[in-house]
Amino acid sequence: MSTNNLSYNDQGGSDSAVEVGQETTPTSSSNAGAGFGLFSTNFKKNDDLKEMLESNKDSLKLDAMKRIIALIAKGKNASELFPAVVKNVASKNIELKKLVYVYLVRYAEEQQDLALLSISTFQRALKDPNQLIRASALRVLSSIRVPIIVPIMMLAIKEAASDMSPYVRKTSAHAIQKLYSLDPDQKEHLIEVIDKLLKDKSTLVAGSVVMAFEEVCPDRIDLIHKNYRKLCNLLVDVEEWGQVVIISMLTRYARTQFTSPWREVSGGGNSETAFYESDEKKTENEDEKKSYMMDPDHRLLLRNTKPLLQSRNTAVVVSVAQLYWHLAPKHEVGVITKSLVRLLRSHREVQYIVLQNIATMSIQRKGMFEPYMKSFYVRSTDATHIKSLKLEILTSLANEANISTILREFQTYVKSQDKEFAAGTIQAIGRCATNISEVTDTCLQGLVLLLSNRDETVVAESVVVIKKLLQTQPTQHSDIIKHMAKLFDNIAVPMARASILWLMGEYCERVPQIAPDVLRKVAKSFTSEEDIVKLQTVNLAAKLYLTNSKQTKLLTQYILNLGKYDQNYDIRDRTRFIRQLIVPNEKSGALGKYARRILLAPKPAPVLESTYKDRDRYQLGTLSHTINTKASGYLELSDWPAVAPDQSVRNVEVIEPVRIHLYLYCPFPLTIQALHQGSVCVCQCLYHKVSCYFVSVCNASQDCIHNRARFVCLCRVCLCVCVLESSSEVESDEEKSSSQSSEESDKSSSQSEKSSSESDSEQKKKTTKKPPQKKTVKPTAKDRLHGFVPKKCLSRSLCFSLYTHPCPLSCAALLQVSGPAFVPEKSHDLLHRMTGKGLSAQYQFPRQPCLYQPSMVSVQISLTNTSDRPLEQIHIGDRSPTGLNMHCFNTIECLLPEASVTVSLGIDFNDSTQAANFQLCTKEDQFSVSIQPAVGELFLPITMTEQDFRQEQGKRLGMNESSATITMAAANTTSQPISRQVATVANLGVVPSGQDNIHRFAGKTASTGAVVLVTVELRGESTALITINTEKSVMGPMLLRDLKRALAQA
Amino acid sequence: MIHSLFLVNSSGDIFLEKHWKSVVSRSVCDYFFEAQERASEPENVPPVIPTPHHYLISVLRHRIYFVAVIQSEVPPLFVIEFLHRVVDTFQDYFGVCTEAAIKDNVVVVYELLEEMLDNGFPLATESNILKELIKPPTILRTVVNTITGSTNVGEQLPTGQLSVVPWRRTGVKYTNNEAYFDVVEEIDAIIDKSGSTITAEIQGVIDACVKLTGMPDLTLSFMNPRLLDDVSFHPCVRFKRWEAERILSFIPPDGNFRLLSYHVSSQNLHPLRSASLVAIPVYVKHNITFREGSSQGRFELTLGPKQTMGKGVEAVLVSSQLPRGVLNTNLNPTQGTYTFDPVTKLLSWDVGKINPQKLPSLKGSMSLQAGASKPDENPTINIQFKIQQSALSGLKVNRLDMYGEKYKPFKGIKYMTKAGKFQVRT
Repeated sequence: MSTNNLSYNDQGGSDSAVEVGQETTPTSSSNAGAGFGLFSTNFKKNDDLKEMLESNKDSLKLDAMKRIIALIAKGKNASELFPAVVKNVASKNIELKKLVYVYLVRYAEEQQDLALLSISTFQRALKDPNQLIRASALRVLSSIRVPIIVPIMMLAIKEAASDMSPYVRKTSAHAIQKLYSLDPDQKEHLIEVIDKLLKDKSTLVAGSVVMAFEEVCPDRIDLIHKNYRKLCNLLVDVEEWGQVVIISMLTRYARTQFTSPWREVSGGGNSETAFYESDEKKTENEDEKKSYMMDPDHRLLLRNTKPLLQSRNTAVVVSVAQLYWHLAPKHEVGVITKSLVRLLRSHREVQYIVLQNIATMSIQRKGMFEPYMKSFYVRSTDATHIKSLKLEILTSLANEANISTILREFQTYVKSQDKEFAAGTIQAIGRCATNISEVTDTCLQGLVLLLSNRDETVVAESVVVIKKLLQTQPTQHSDIIKHMAKLFDNIAVPMARASILWLMGEYCERVPQIAPDVLRKVAKSFTSEEDIVKLQTVNLAAKLYLTNSKQTKLLTQYILNLGKYDQNYDIRDRTRFIRQLIVPNEKSGALGKYARRILLAPKPAPVLESTYKDRDRYQLGTLSHTINTKASGYLELSDWPAVAPDQSVRNVEVIEPVRIHLYLYCPFPLTIQALHQGSVCVCQCLYHKVSCYFVSVCNASQDCIHNRARFVCLCRVCLCVCVLESSSEVESDEEKSSSQSSEESDKSSSQSEKSSSESDSEQKKKTTKKPPQKKTVKPTAKDRLHGFVPKKCLSRSLCFSLYTHPCPLSCAALLQVSGPAFVPEKSHDLLHRMTGKGLSAQYQFPRQPCLYQPSMVSVQISLTNTSDRPLEQIHIGDRSPTGLNMHCFNTIECLLPEASVTVSLGIDFNDSTQAANFQLCTKEDQFSVSIQPAVGELFLPITMTEQDFRQEQGKRLGMNESSATITMAAANTTSQPISRQVATVANLGVVPSGQDNIHRFAGKTASTGAVVLVTVELRGESTALITINTEKSVMGPMLLRDLKRALAQA
Repeated sequence: MIHSLFLVNSSGDIFLEKHWKSVVSRSVCDYFFEAQERASEPENVPPVIPTPHHYLISVLRHRIYFVAVIQSEVPPLFVIEFLHRVVDTFQDYFGVCTEAAIKDNVVVVYELLEEMLDNGFPLATESNILKELIKPPTILRTVVNTITGSTNVGEQLPTGQLSVVPWRRTGVKYTNNEAYFDVVEEIDAIIDKSGSTITAEIQGVIDACVKLTGMPDLTLSFMNPRLLDDVSFHPCVRFKRWEAERILSFIPPDGNFRLLSYHVSSQNLHPLRSASLVAIPVYVKHNITFREGSSQGRFELTLGPKQTMGKGVEAVLVSSQLPRGVLNTNLNPTQGTYTFDPVTKLLSWDVGKINPQKLPSLKGSMSLQAGASKPDENPTINIQFKIQQSALSGLKVNRLDMYGEKYKPFKGIKYMTKAGKFQVRT
């Protein structure tokens, strides 16, 4: 593809690309299957694809792309179309764009130079307001494996890691791994990003970033310390795939940070301790056990993973199971049994993996699975590898008590039509017989009966197993040996023949009559035997020669002669060796004397062991465990440290309250302080300064809805809506209780030995004990709530009731969001057309909560072009005071003559009437303008009950109160005009009043959320007392002045 | 994680490939084909195959092998579970998951796979999120798209991705609001020669079809929740509520989903006691004999109901793998039809309904290969059946309540018992 490197713009370049394509296509189409009619492989038919891609019609392009994708799916080469495809990367049609992305990712590596053309599109898309587009741009950009764009990728990842949308941040975590595999040199920079993302509190991000951590820097365990507790607490809420990754990372982490909870505190080889031994050791370890105290963080992990055993995702269940296996105290591991057995109902492949893990576990701890023994009974429909795993487990589970049941079951299996399985069963019987001495004889008898079986594999396997069994106790069984000698004529399976020969040789002194006869028989057929039989024949001959040379001397020599000229060099070697050893001659020297001791030495009995015996060196549930070799990228599970490393590294030093302003469903900003210690979340309303506590595993992104004096907090985790009924109390009290609660939560986290449910209920109690916040709900509200809240909860605790309504939308319906009572249409001049050289601007206050930031006041500016030429690039320039927090409108590219446009701004006036000065710029000119808000525009209306109003008012007396008596205009003496007048002056909400002569209005300041309460009390015909209560001592008198003026005029 | 995916049909052709990282040559599948050749049955292909540079993890569903290529250490179940989720998604989208369906919808398949994995790590596997990103193909939508030029691909991030209830999309609307729950129990049992139960356990699921407007919050309570020994939930179920009150409280996903699966086996707690607590609904009387030296065998089978709580046993199907020595059979069923395949030696008898007055039976002779010796094992008989309107464990739903929405939904609960792996050894 070097021909079109530089000339992609001109025609020649793309032509050459097609030519190259034509050269490559015949080969690719020739090896493709012909049976795919829909998308013919003929190049002629695909020739139109390029034209279609270059047409103007989206539908044609889309069709072309679909056909190309079909080609890729078939594994055919479509790379010759790269230039034509890459042009469509900026298409407006989203489906087309996505298909182009797919294509690009597939072929960019092959066509690096052309791929660079698309980069600018992605860079632009990274700034798109739509989070999906930002995310997918980053996905594609990072998937393009072109080394030259590494710096661009790095920049994009860094930026996306601090994106507002958690989805984009998740994507950036994925991109980290991609970049790392493309350029490992970026490791250090990437670790910085990982560190940053690990601190992210979104559940969406957690799984992905831990994945990146595992891939890039699994050894940087120090990055985890500070996030350990957060990850544990978030775990339940993370999506299932992330859970698997986090759990396996935390397993490794825990093994490096905590001391062993197992009785043998020294750690390490304790897992080897036999089942029976542990009982004896119990007493001596009693003291050590007492002295062991589990780290609260260790307990936290175990507690928070336990519910995941109920997951529908089998991978999650097994990963929790392995965590318990590797981390939990021995007596707690039992909880995983039931869940693992449940998985055996799942798909065949799942069964396979789960059974493998159970096989390893059951060797070490029979007791765990023994009650579920029957779940491992084999069905005739099971796949062969499942059958043999089940056999393996049944064998491991066998003990004195259940062996009879198991053997009866084995008897059925031996008769199975699946002979491979039958053979496996015989081996299993052999293992049972050696492990449990009580049944050795029974098993042996049973196996001998099998020797008369018609099937050869069964007989052969029996012979092999009997041979092993006899070796353990040969004295009593010369009958069986004789029986086997008789069988020798009929058995053709080499392994079995070899076994019989070996038996004859080993115990030739017990059967002196028969052994030479067997040797005679095998000598006849020596040349046609398998190698393994030949070797044993030579052995037998040698042994007989030593014990009974009179009868066998000639036979032995015959066999040795045959062996000398055998085709297999092993046999030739062995023959030569044996000859030198047993036949005395001058060269043999000293060795010949010991021939007997060499050949007829007593041999130790073989140990029949499970093939899963050594698998516990791998972490359970891993690929390495399944294949029983170390897979690439396998991370060793370290041994427990003898002394626990410093625990305090996991402490998060300062509890920084995370302030999140929520204004989606609620006109007032709420502060949510997520105190991660002890999982207590404190939501605080800036308006009422009321905190609500609720106990759950929580994170900072709680959605809280607040209206009047009622909080509805939605917990992401338990999906519960907590309703807090409250009336306002003195502020300081609230703060006290808030800090008190965080102390309590600290305490509870340190006492985390308790089970989660305990501490939960305890927390609940604590909350209910706090009297100040409890207040009965008003009848109306109560009625409304009845639909949702179970009565029981209501009566138990009005303050804190967990009930089950997680839907924010319907909650919003329940609450009345306060809108502005009145929006004045009065607009103010910002820029006169004369001074603005044709550009005129007017502004007004729409009195809506600002969309950009809750602390801002929204301002609408209508711009009109009164000149006769278009004005270009209208935007906002410098502003003063310089720290002015302002959300500008997007630059208006062009305003035609006589046209006008309305834009909105957000300005944080910081609760002062100081003017916001800024420059309104066009392409040529700059005009200094200023917006000075009336004090009334700095408020946002709130609704509250009269009772709440009084209480709030009670808090704001003395210095915080300003009042004046005025003479009212005649028209203003009834309630409606008063409300209108007040609402015109200030953006306040009307508070329903029980008295005709008192009118109340409430609001809060936009920036700090300070409450402003206005009371207009009519006294007599035309006098009225205006009272304003607010902490804002400057704003109070200003508002008073404005109101005085408004109410006094007609 | 997952590097590439190959789809292999039963005749050993790769008909689809998808790569999430750099391209892996399809020749890696040769190792898989080797293993496939070695295995006698399609099911016997080992799920994990190590090759020199990669590891192949495969699942077999609908006679298609989904072969994932892995390059480094990953929990194998992670991959297996994901592959099954892929199959479920295909089934959900196309109705069936066959080679033809996948080939016809290859673009949608590709778009789905692209969304489901990013760099080999699962991104969106929740069905309702995927459906917002990529709308399932229907004939109507195809026609509309052709005319209006709109696409099946969503432009906005699905609300579920960021929401607290990722399994439910917002803005659900139905004219008929209905919620149906099927309690389906499968009984797994092994019955030995003499008719006594060796092992029996019940696996139950509650499948739901919920079509409700808005954001309903449902609670489902049982008369006898203690029966449920071991449960696993859909993520929507509030676990704490279950722990505390034994009530299922959840915001349902839209459409069909599996709410819960459970396990009932009281026998397990007492390993030495026989499995008497699970009632076996049918019994089988059998007499299958082969005589030494004769080329004939006798075959007699009679089915009858037992402990069915007065409900009829329906859709009974008996199948058995006869020994290799059997050449042909000459049997007479009193009801239903039977077939015997002389090649695979599979006998299947479609019985239908069991009439307690007149028990169905299948009698006759088998002809054996001349000169062959008597098979040493009698065949195992697999039985399938259904019992409508009854859950064998006796599990009963007490009530279903809805909170959060004003309308009155139509509710329905159905019970059914089926045979799972029900085997009779003869």
